[in-house]
Amino acid sequence: MAKFLAVTIIVIAIASAIPILRHTWVAPEDISTHGYLIDEQMSETMAEAGIAFLAAQFILALFIWQFSNPRPDAKIKSFPGGAKALVIAALLLVGAEVLALGVFGVKAWANVYLTAPSADAMPIQVQAGQFAFYFRYPGPDGKFGPLHPELINEGSQNFFGLDTANDADSKDDIVTAEMAIPVNKEIHLLMHAKDVGHSFFVRELRVQQDFVPGLDVSLHFTATKAGRYEIVCTQLCGLGHYNMKAYLSVLSQDDFNDWLKKQAALQ
Amino acid sequence: MHDMSAHSVQHHAPPTSFIRKHVFSLDHKVIGKQYYALALVAALSGMLLSWFMRIHLGWTNAAIPGLQLLSKTGAPGGVITPEFYLQLMTMHGTIMVFFVLTTAPFAAFGNFFLPIQVGAEDMPFPRFNMMSFWVTFAAFLVLMSSFILGDGPTLGGWTQYAPLNSVGSVAGPGQGLGVVLWMISIALFCVGQLLGALNFITTTLDLRVKGMSMMRLPLTAWAWFITSCMGLTAFAVLMPACILVILDHVAGTSFFVPSYSVINDQLQPHSGGSTLLWQHLFWFFGHPEVYIAIVPGIGIVSHVLITNMRKPMLSQRVLIYCMGALAVLSYMVYGHHMFVSGMNPVSALAFSFPTLVITIPATIVVLIWTFSLYGSKLRINSASLFALGFISMFVSGGVSGFFLAQPSIDIMLHATYFVVGHFHMVMGVAAMFGIFSATYFWFPKMTGRMMNESLGRVHFWLSFVGAYCIFMPFHYLGMAGNIRRYSSFPDDFLQPLLPVHKWITVAALVTGAAQLIFVYNLIHSRFWGKPAPDNPWEATSLEWSTATPPPFDNFGGKHPVVYHDPCQYGVQSSVGDYVMQTSPEQVKTEHDEK
Amino acid sequence: MATTVHEPPKIDPRRLPDQGHSGNGGWRNLVPADGDRRVTQEYSPPPSSTAIWVVVFAVTMMFAAFSSALIVRKGSSLDWRTFPLPSVLYFNTFLLLASSITLEVSRRHVATFMGGRKSQVKSPARWLYVTLFLGLLFVAGQYAAWTQLRAEGLYLATNPSSSFFYVLTATHALHVLGGLGGLIYVIRKLSKSALLRSQLVATARYWHFMGILWLYLLLLLWTKL
Repeated sequence: MAKFLAVTIIVIAIASAIPILRHTWVAPEDISTHGYLIDEQMSETMAEAGIAFLAAQFILALFIWQFSNPRPDAKIKSFPGGAKALVIAALLLVGAEVLALGVFGVKAWANVYLTAPSADAMPIQVQAGQFAFYFRYPGPDGKFGPLHPELINEGSQNFFGLDTANDADSKDDIVTAEMAIPVNKEIHLLMHAKDVGHSFFVRELRVQQDFVPGLDVSLHFTATKAGRYEIVCTQLCGLGHYNMKAYLSVLSQDDFNDWLKKQAALQ
Repeated sequence: MHDMSAHSVQHHAPPTSFIRKHVFSLDHKVIGKQYYALALVAALSGMLLSWFMRIHLGWTNAAIPGLQLLSKTGAPGGVITPEFYLQLMTMHGTIMVFFVLTTAPFAAFGNFFLPIQVGAEDMPFPRFNMMSFWVTFAAFLVLMSSFILGDGPTLGGWTQYAPLNSVGSVAGPGQGLGVVLWMISIALFCVGQLLGALNFITTTLDLRVKGMSMMRLPLTAWAWFITSCMGLTAFAVLMPACILVILDHVAGTSFFVPSYSVINDQLQPHSGGSTLLWQHLFWFFGHPEVYIAIVPGIGIVSHVLITNMRKPMLSQRVLIYCMGALAVLSYMVYGHHMFVSGMNPVSALAFSFPTLVITIPATIVVLIWTFSLYGSKLRINSASLFALGFISMFVSGGVSGFFLAQPSIDIMLHATYFVVGHFHMVMGVAAMFGIFSATYFWFPKMTGRMMNESLGRVHFWLSFVGAYCIFMPFHYLGMAGNIRRYSSFPDDFLQPLLPVHKWITVAALVTGAAQLIFVYNLIHSRFWGKPAPDNPWEATSLEWSTATPPPFDNFGGKHPVVYHDPCQYGVQSSVGDYVMQTSPEQVKTEHDEK
Repeated sequence: MATTVHEPPKIDPRRLPDQGHSGNGGWRNLVPADGDRRVTQEYSPPPSSTAIWVVVFAVTMMFAAFSSALIVRKGSSLDWRTFPLPSVLYFNTFLLLASSITLEVSRRHVATFMGGRKSQVKSPARWLYVTLFLGLLFVAGQYAAWTQLRAEGLYLATNPSSSFFYVLTATHALHVLGGLGGLIYVIRKLSKSALLRSQLVATARYWHFMGILWLYLLLLLWTKL
């Protein structure tokens, strides 16, 4: 039975590794300017974690195989070096890994979160509410009009609570249910939560950020490839959480201008 | 005159009535068994809920006959609605984390065995101990009552994030009364566990018998002691947080709900609250909580393996220091649940480093276990199989933690099935294996009968292979971007993943059914198992030196004296290849703690 | 018959004969024994002594959680309205601190009484009753403080600052009531001559902790509210 267990452990370990090695289920292609650092971090971690995983399972299996069901006269032995050797090995190996990943990971993180958006980044506001995303573009005046939460009315499609009658800056704001951005242009995404917690996740863009009710947070990123991608909510927000999504279209500058004009006409 | 027995347990006479013996008992052994029974009921309930969840995730429109009985509106025709899915999920997580993983390895086995392992007659405060169980039981009842009261249980997940947890029923079914009941239940649970921790700590520090120095305590005793210290800090923080949420619901305060919240076109009457505050308070509790769930298992696996390897671990002390290190570090890492929460991104880096560092003591523990197997005389039985399985599972679960510890990688893995796979591996499987191992190991001592060994092995094989079949694919789903807490998967990119979900569902149902073998074994052996000798495993610690099952005062009026540490295996003594802690026999040995 | 006044025999618990009862592992064995120490000590602290530190620690953590909630909540929004603390609070503080003093006085009396010289102390529980009374007055005084606040229109939900005022003072008052329960327990045990020194010590420690905690809360409220 022990030998069977040893074999099973090895089989399971190898079987678990196969889909990783064959890239059966992987993240989609990266279309962002910062994502390569994240992907590199992921590959490095996978290599190190994978080796550690396989080695640990293999050694466990080996020792189970070797030392179970011993002969009655077998002598007890101690692994040479004892605990001291293992502690030193763990401190050195794991410590080095930890340091390396930690230090190199800082850059990947800082790129996304600790840098300011450039001055000519295009601002877009996204509002998350049960259970949809809505987007607002500032229009030709480049300014967002103020929000009046008490004016929010889904029925009349005033999703943001804009007072276009009295606020000059709101008059040219463009509100859409889909997000479109020009390719290769930095976007400054202003995130506003209408009710409870939500989150903004686009896998291809390598961005994920929670909306914080009561606090306006922001993200900045640049998309490098045109296409149609899904924005999904990843913070449990109620019964419609599973269905809360929007489409992100990355368009050429000309296509984007056309799109924006069409959207403006629909306001 | 001064009472000479000022620092011994207040002797209480053995109870005679049924109520005093089996219901409102002051005896730590009975309390331990009561906790175990509670954990068993909770585990089966939680497992049933997971079956409903998995069936729905595999086949969204599947009708489960009879499910309408569990909810007035949640399962019309037995088909689970999105809100009911979330309610099931919330209850599954809450029941499992609190009423199984904190209760069984810590409260159940700890209550039964800690006093015996230190040589005491009982815990120093038996009435608080009894209260601790009944308060926990009441907490369970309050939690389960949310199924039948109001519009059902809360749907906000076991993490109950604000402001969803505080705005009330306008945010969804179960978010009014359901949340309040959840908060009351958990606050009660915290009180119960604090009372338990009080007893565990004082037992370990003050009731050790002559010769039982701290370093001579078995690793299970250390694990329970360290876990109690963690519980003391963690539960004392969660309770006030729950109270503040209750106030937001019933008293109109705004601790967690910010201004300008608009739900269903209505401006909510709260203002100024901090949503992140809840996350900080919750995770300050929540991260130590998961170590509370695993550290007793680490103690149990060590204890079971030492006995079954017939040799001590390479270093008992290093294992103790590692458990302590895990406990201390567990308070510094909680922000890794909040990397993308909107908290200061610099804090993310500050939390990431200790999270990576905590890998080190965990690795040392695994290395010591594994390399202690070298040169051992490993005995294979149900208890040792689950202990070995624990090592494998702990490695698998721990390795995925390595990814999540890095904020940049967490951008892609946060809130995906990768996280769900990680914590199910370490908590849902490894910690459960610890409970199983402890059960097979200690059942003879607790009941006087042996469990059926063949059924135990079948249980192991189905659980071991089954658990990998269920939870390994979670990691792949997560890497492909499968979001968690979705009741179904309408997104385009999730369609290719649906077959994986079907596979997981089948594996879950089969593995779950295998657990019924364990339940059958428990019940059958309790009444008809082979009578057990006092020391069936030829083990050294104090619980094996007393009768099976132990008498009312644990040692039959005698007070044991301890001469050795619990690791005297692989020696030559008059009884075999081991020396019991209570045996005055001196033998040639490599190391014996003083 | 005149009795000479002398100290009651001091029984050094370290010298208690080994009765083989449990509890001889001793907390000192947290430190591994070296060659010079005996492996085990004969003395271990009574469990109630350790227990009360455990309780103090848990209660401290709870108020630490409330304190951090207060600080975060104050900084998260601009709606924090400060108000002067009700004046009765300062009087209550005096009451609570006085009760600590009376408790210490009562400990001396009880020690004398339980030390075998019952004739010296006619009413050993008197100062315990005084402490109890002061404690009850304190709780009543806290209630008066709430009444004062309500008269000014400051209720639980009026403002986050008032919310925390009520939550902190009410939670503290609840724990003081628990301490009063402990005092009643001690009085009852004393009346049956069944009081253990460790029980009185534990109760006293808890009571003094309530005073220290109150001073902290007062400072917190005074600076933040």
